Order: sequence, then structure tokens, then C-alpha cells
Amino acid sequence: MKSSANPFWTLLAALCVPLAAQAGAAEQAREQCAACHALDAPEPGTRNIDERLTRKAPPLYYAGNKFRREWLESWLRQPARIRPAGVFPPAHAKSTPLGDVIDESTLPAHVALPADEAAAMADFLMQLRPFDDRLAAVRYQPGTISLRMGQMNFSKFKGCDGCHRDAPDVGGVSGPELHSAWKRLQPQFIASFIADPTAWDPNTLMPRMELNDAEVARLADYLKALQEDGS
Amino acid sequence: MRRTALTLVLALACASAFADEGARNGEKLYRVYCTQCHGLQGNGKGINAAHLSVQPRDHTDTAEMSARTDDDLFKAIKEGGKAVNKSVLMPSWKANLSDEDVRALVAYLRELCCRK
Repeated sequence: MKSSANPFWTLLAALCVPLAAQAGAAEQAREQCAACHALDAPEPGTRNIDERLTRKAPPLYYAGNKFRREWLESWLRQPARIRPAGVFPPAHAKSTPLGDVIDESTLPAHVALPADEAAAMADFLMQLRPFDDRLAAVRYQPGTISLRMGQMNFSKFKGCDGCHRDAPDVGGVSGPELHSAWKRLQPQFIASFIADPTAWDPNTLMPRMELNDAEVARLADYLKALQEDGS
Repeated sequence: MRRTALTLVLALACASAFADEGARNGEKLYRVYCTQCHGLQGNGKGINAAHLSVQPRDHTDTAEMSARTDDDLFKAIKEGGKAVNKSVLMPSWKANLSDEDVRALVAYLRELCCRK
């Protein structure tokens, strides 16, 4: 009883509880998340077609370089689909006489975590940052672009809408939705991934488009403008 | 004479095995990288097709595909549609695929186009 009123014990508890929660989250990640998500990096530069054919969920070993923490915690509490056709679209498509469609019945739902577990898991995932140096080298400075110009560039000039949605129900379905990207992802990661997706994921389905810094910035700024328009 | 014949048979068997392996690899690569736009059946009706301003090539169209050389197909996959005066919506896959991968895809396209 005495110890609870002692500032020393109060401080120690304040420091230890989050650490214990994180240790628990790390254990939970290894036991549960690793069944679908890669938590360890593959050999650098190796491409493995069989890994892509059987991938069930996005790799998380660089989650701390990729996501915004607040979004991650919020999403873990209330998961919502980001990829309309799942992480490996051919596994969730079916042929019809009118063309291929998404077979919704095959898309798995992500487990929702209680608030305390979501916070601890977000803290744990944000520690996974093997590519700090890569992000530090990114020259992108967030700027502005009009929605009209940004949309034209995104669709007509660069063809991103072939695979990605820049508004709910507008755009292709094989890639992750991008109207929520700015809220979800760190700006430097967005720029780096657009510039060279294969550097982040050797098995990515996104082609490298050989864009210069200004072209990368225009696309990243459009994702920012979409967020500002919707918020 | 008998040894020469045996060597020839073995060489042919190995070449056939390599060709099979290449075709299988091509089929896997096609499923991973191409079906989203070109369709699970290769008919140009993938899940993204409805959202594209230029419809993806129907790879089962024998006449259309026969008009393309292997070099044309290789270049289109590696360098993108623009390199062969086609749609810019067909991206360059040279950062994602090796030359060997692209050759395997070309071999699979030849199989796909002429099954009918």
C-alpha cells in the first residue's frame, strides 16, 4: 500500500507497464500474426515467386518505416479492407462470362484487437525499422498540387488508376486503395515506395516506373491533397 | 553408335525437361504479374480491365498474337507498351522480372494464344 503512494514506485510502474505490454505484443505477434505476416526480412534482393503466390498478408518487418502509428492503432481496433481484392488478387478473383470479378467469399477478415492490445501492438510494430537509412535519404518535401492536376497526372499520365482507387469505388482493384494512403503511411515511405517498390518488396506487384524526384513528389502530393480534401 | 544414340536421347529428354520447367515458371509468373489486367483466362478481362481506358490485350486471340514476334512480346513486357507503340498502361517490368523470367512469359504466351 505504501509503495503505491511512493513517487519512485509510481514512476517505475509507469515505465514498466508499457514495456511489459510491448513484450506481450512481441510474443503475440510471433504466435499469431506471423502465421500470415512476414516479421523477418528475406535475403536482400531475393525474389521468390512462390512466396508471392502463397502470400496471405502484407509483410510487417518494416512496419515502423511504413505506417503512421496513430493509424495503425486505430486500424487494429477496427480493421477495414484496404485492398479490394486482397493481398494476392488472383487468389480472390473468379472468371465470369463478362470478365473476372472479385470473389468476396474468399476474402478473409482481419481480427480486431481490444484497445490495450492494439496500442501495445502498434508500439511493437513501430519498432520494426530496418530501413531508417533509406528513408533518411529520401529528398521528398510534402507540397501542394491541385486535385484536378493531381488526378489527371495520377490517371491519364501515369496510369496509377489501372490498379489503385483514388476515391471509394473509382479506380482499379488489384492494388491497395490510395485515397486513404496519406492517413495510413509515412510521407517519406510513400515517396520511396513510388520511386522503387522493388527495393521495399522484391516480390511486389507494383512496377518501378523510373520517375524522377519531381514526378514522385507530384504523385505523393496528390495523395496528400486527397486526404486534405476528405478530412 | 549405340552410345551416340543414348546421348542424343538423354539430351532431348533434358531439353524437354528444361522447356517444361520454363513453361511452368511462365505460367506462375503470368498468374502473379499479368492476370489482374489480362485475366485469369488470359482473355484481357482481368479484375482491373473495367477501370482501364485502353482494354488489355486478349492473349488468347490467335490471329492477333501470331502477328507479334517473340522479340515484340519480350520488349513489350520488359520495356512497357510505350516501347512498342502500344498503351502506356502496360508498364515496364524490367525492375521486377529478369530476362529469363520475361523469356518464360513469352513462351507461356505462345502456349496461351494457340490452345484453341
